[in-house]
Amino acid sequence: MILSGITLKLGDNIDTDVIIPGRYLILRDLNEAGKHVFEGVIPNFTDKIKSTGIIVGGKNFGCGSSREAAPMMLKYLGTKAIIAKSFARIFFRNSINLGLPLLECKNISSKIADKDKLELDLSNGRIKNITKNEEYSATKLPDFLLQMLEAGGAIEMLKRQL
Amino acid sequence: MGMTIAEKILATHSGVKEVSPGEIVNASIDLAFVHEMLGMPGGTAELYQKAGLKKVWDPSKIVALLDHWTPPSTVDAAETHKTCRKFVKEHGIENWYDMKEGICHQILPEKGHVKPGDLIVGSDSHTITSGAFGAFATGIGSTDMTIVFATGKLWFKVPETIKIIVNGKIPPLVMGKDLILHVLQKLGADGANYKSIEFYGEAIRQTSVESRMTITNMSAEAGAKTAIVPPDEKTLKYLKERTDKPLKPILASEDAQYSKEITFNINNLEPQVALPPSPCNATSVTEVEGEPIDVAFIGSCTNGRLEDITMASKILKGKQVSDSVRLIVIPASREVMINSMKLGYLETILEAGGIIEGSTCGPCMGGHMGVLASGETAISTANRNFIGRMGHHTARIFLASPATVAASAITGKITDPRNMLVD
Repeated sequence: MILSGITLKLGDNIDTDVIIPGRYLILRDLNEAGKHVFEGVIPNFTDKIKSTGIIVGGKNFGCGSSREAAPMMLKYLGTKAIIAKSFARIFFRNSINLGLPLLECKNISSKIADKDKLELDLSNGRIKNITKNEEYSATKLPDFLLQMLEAGGAIEMLKRQL
Repeated sequence: MGMTIAEKILATHSGVKEVSPGEIVNASIDLAFVHEMLGMPGGTAELYQKAGLKKVWDPSKIVALLDHWTPPSTVDAAETHKTCRKFVKEHGIENWYDMKEGICHQILPEKGHVKPGDLIVGSDSHTITSGAFGAFATGIGSTDMTIVFATGKLWFKVPETIKIIVNGKIPPLVMGKDLILHVLQKLGADGANYKSIEFYGEAIRQTSVESRMTITNMSAEAGAKTAIVPPDEKTLKYLKERTDKPLKPILASEDAQYSKEITFNINNLEPQVALPPSPCNATSVTEVEGEPIDVAFIGSCTNGRLEDITMASKILKGKQVSDSVRLIVIPASREVMINSMKLGYLETILEAGGIIEGSTCGPCMGGHMGVLASGETAISTANRNFIGRMGHHTARIFLASPATVAASAITGKITDPRNMLVD
């Protein structure tokens, strides 16, 4: 699986309350809920993610609440993949389950700048930085999770099993 | 080779003799519970429809209830509740509490759904609370919950286990909350990510079952997958009053392998306050005393139990809440509410000028019933003080024990509860 996009760089410990505050989880209109993603933290996130697509975080990305709405809304607004030094465990599962690719890569924050153009090879865990003409290796996802991503998420996999 | 409690539970539930950290197992679930997540956009009810699923694996092993937006604060919330009720009815879910019982993590043990050695999943990161009873309990999202509802199974990576030993005696007016805030300060926000924690030591043995629930509850703030207090006579006494099912505690082997062992001594622990915006930012209350507050909140799955309401009521007895503060008190369940009422605590709190609300998560996650305006400051007994957690993103949240929050409500600023006279 190959993906490409521009980076949108964020910091350490990005929690799911910051991604989508609790009080908007109850909104049934996703376009309305989408307006509040990263509210007060990243101005115009909805525009920014459309022109970038790859979020680069530091350590412990997605910590806090188990709300699947966090990766769901990021994907809904156009996030193609997230790279981080590490991910919080529930966010990791939720993202892959939804078919949103994640890659763990040490020292990623020092290697990649904001607005770098990247090409991700998920099957081999390779990150190509087109802007800087560099290549980094990330932790390759286990095969069963790669299959899940290729299928478009866990629900698609479940449908095939049943 | 010896196994930790988490390893033993995962091994027995995957039908193998032994597991070791890093291994992936497919385990059978004893209990799955959901709250509003069932009916929210992208929730399990919607995914069930999307996948064309018709049945749940075992309606007797599912608990469903409403607690986050109860009673519904908006039409959208009411629609979500309606979706939940429809799903519960269609699938014959046997343990359905609607919105009348209270907060999920309190209701699970209260209603006898938790047993030592169980493998429990819930649609909430604080599912980990039930580890106070020796269960492997962990939070999952709505897609994983859909898989559990359909198959009764889920894959797990066997976590490494951190052994935390808390020695010493808990000083007066210092609570389980202070203990866990202190532990979190040492661990950091990802200090237990993907890991299980086992709690040992004199101080843990001394604490009540209620305090242990506060301790396991907030272990989620260090990223823990599960946090377990080995069951003892207190655990069994609590559970025997609530379930007839056989209780078979699982303990760690003597030669179990821990990835890390951390020892604390809390003989001199002071009341703690976690500064915004991380539950892992704890410092002694003496460092932040005098910080003016607008809202004081006592409640949530972390600190809405009888022990917490008792402490708040003791501190508030005969006093008045500061004119500049709104004190909101929410007992975590109907049972806690009834007992607090019978013991006169609610009257004491109301007389002091506090506001009592029906059992709900309420302002903890900024849903309703006391959200914060821009620039406001709250001191709260809940578990998270992230940016925007309780309302506007410029509001600040300090986390503390019910004793510290009650004391602060009286003075209007962060206050050391040890300075308050307690009868």
